Amino acid sequence: MRKKTIIGQTVLNSVFVLLCIAAVAPFVLLVSVSFSNEKDLVFNGYKFWPEHFDISAYKYIFSNPAAIFNAYKVTGIFSILSMFLGVFLMALIAYPLGIGKMRGKSFVSMYLYITMMFSGGLVPSYILITQYLHLDDTIWVYIIPSLISPWYVFMIRTFFQGLPYEIYESSVIDGASEYRIFFQMVIPLSKPVLATVALMTFLSKWNDWNTSLLYINKSELFSLQYLLQKLMREIKLLQDMQGSNVSSLINPRDIPTESVRMAMAVIVAGPALFIFPFFQKYFVKGLTVGSVKG
Amino acid sequence: MKIENNPNVKIKKRNRITSREWSLYSMCAIPMILVFVFCYLPMGGIIIAFKNYKFNKGIFGSDWVGFKNFEYFFTTNDFWRITRNTIVMNLLFIFIGLFCAVGLAILLYELKSRAATRVYQTMLITPHFVSMVIVSYMLYAFLHPQNGILNQFLVNFLHLEKVDWYATPMAWPFILVICHIWKATGMNCVIYYAALMGIDQSLFEAARIDGANKRQIVWHIIVPCLTSLMTIMTILNIGGIFRADFGMFYQLPRDIGTLYPTTDVIDTYIFRTMRVIGDMGMSSAVGLLQSIVGIIMVCTTNSISKKVSEISLF
Repeated sequence: MRKKTIIGQTVLNSVFVLLCIAAVAPFVLLVSVSFSNEKDLVFNGYKFWPEHFDISAYKYIFSNPAAIFNAYKVTGIFSILSMFLGVFLMALIAYPLGIGKMRGKSFVSMYLYITMMFSGGLVPSYILITQYLHLDDTIWVYIIPSLISPWYVFMIRTFFQGLPYEIYESSVIDGASEYRIFFQMVIPLSKPVLATVALMTFLSKWNDWNTSLLYINKSELFSLQYLLQKLMREIKLLQDMQGSNVSSLINPRDIPTESVRMAMAVIVAGPALFIFPFFQKYFVKGLTVGSVKG
Repeated sequence: MKIENNPNVKIKKRNRITSREWSLYSMCAIPMILVFVFCYLPMGGIIIAFKNYKFNKGIFGSDWVGFKNFEYFFTTNDFWRITRNTIVMNLLFIFIGLFCAVGLAILLYELKSRAATRVYQTMLITPHFVSMVIVSYMLYAFLHPQNGILNQFLVNFLHLEKVDWYATPMAWPFILVICHIWKATGMNCVIYYAALMGIDQSLFEAARIDGANKRQIVWHIIVPCLTSLMTIMTILNIGGIFRADFGMFYQLPRDIGTLYPTTDVIDTYIFRTMRVIGDMGMSSAVGLLQSIVGIIMVCTTNSISKKVSEISLF
């Protein structure tokens, strides 16, 4: 019996190793191509391991990194701002829904719930933002319209409901105001769910490309992902991005286009992927609390 | 004795809003205003669907055209194509995705080592956190007509001809399903895994004492315990069956016209009609249809599931 279990576990583990390889392989390919020699790529195709290790793609990108640094800056600013503002505001509205005693709770829940079921669609939002609020071509368009996500509000609320109610009652008896209870009791106790929502908000912002696609025409406000997407479609952009001084020095045919593309993707995807393991501790906990209880 | 039922004691009903309630309302205020502006105001904007919208005339100044936008949309060939693509692809995503997520959760649950579980889980969730733009780069590295991994494999191992994947629409439903599974399964399985962790261990003990084997345990304990969660998730997903993942369908096929027959979905169509063709009226008409059908779908699946299995969302 014991032996059977060991064999079973070994088989299971090898299945998981294969699955993990499948999950990670595309990342490896991306990194490998970015470090490959351009000639190898053209003649022998992409490989999971570079035949000749070559960092000319990165050298080329960092020879004039202004456009990328700028996109990094813009994306970083709006991602971090959205994360803090969004989590704060969502926790703020989740508090009365989950803990505080308030009439009209069900109205507020319904008010949020309806927006999950029905939306006006892309066109009315587009017209609202461009024609009436004039948020297009500003950094605010990345932040303000998507601050409140009802889904996360309900997730935070469910977590709040699971906190011991006695804490609230005793704080009320001690004369703490609602805001004080919120800031000093509830927020410190809700780290798992708040960290999860923060991570999700941050990553969805970091990965945002369609906002730029819709609302941004100024190239200095492009988000990283959008820059990358443009690069995929128009490789000529690469030369423009690097400015004329570089193009005159380097023969356009010598630009390692294939590896530069993938190197860009690595530079863009990298930070987001390194952040995630640090949140892992809270992550599964926070995510499941909200969803299982419904 | 209950005070409320005693007619001699009159309790003054508190209608006044206490200061505590005021501070709670003030907490709701800013988020609710934001939701109003960015979710409810656009809902009013659905009247654009019945107008011939012109930017210079504004929403209220544009002419009414009744159902012309809808009529025009229904008479085009696009209607069938995008509806079919959206529904078929979403059904594939929902059911294959469900199968994979539940299967993966059960496998994870069978693992004895908690440390290994954590490592596997982290690695399998990672694809969820890359944007569709990056995925499109990865996919491109696999499907590149000359240098791609897949064509190398076809030529070197199977001795077949190279295939230009970006010009072969019939391959794309499979490609997209694989991409979806790769990206979403790790994340979706977290919920099922958590539900499994919540199952009462005594059930398993009892089953083992009664001599049940692994397969019987899976079929008669694990699957029934997950049924309600599976139903709820499926209802939610079917409610969104008219909403395609815009990022996926726009980025992965790289907006290539040849691939439209199998990769053009409602969301990409709405985007194209609005930004490329510039027909606001028709674009928002399609958006409105999408929303309405979405609600109908949620209510229908919900009531069916209520009747059949007494599990429902609301």
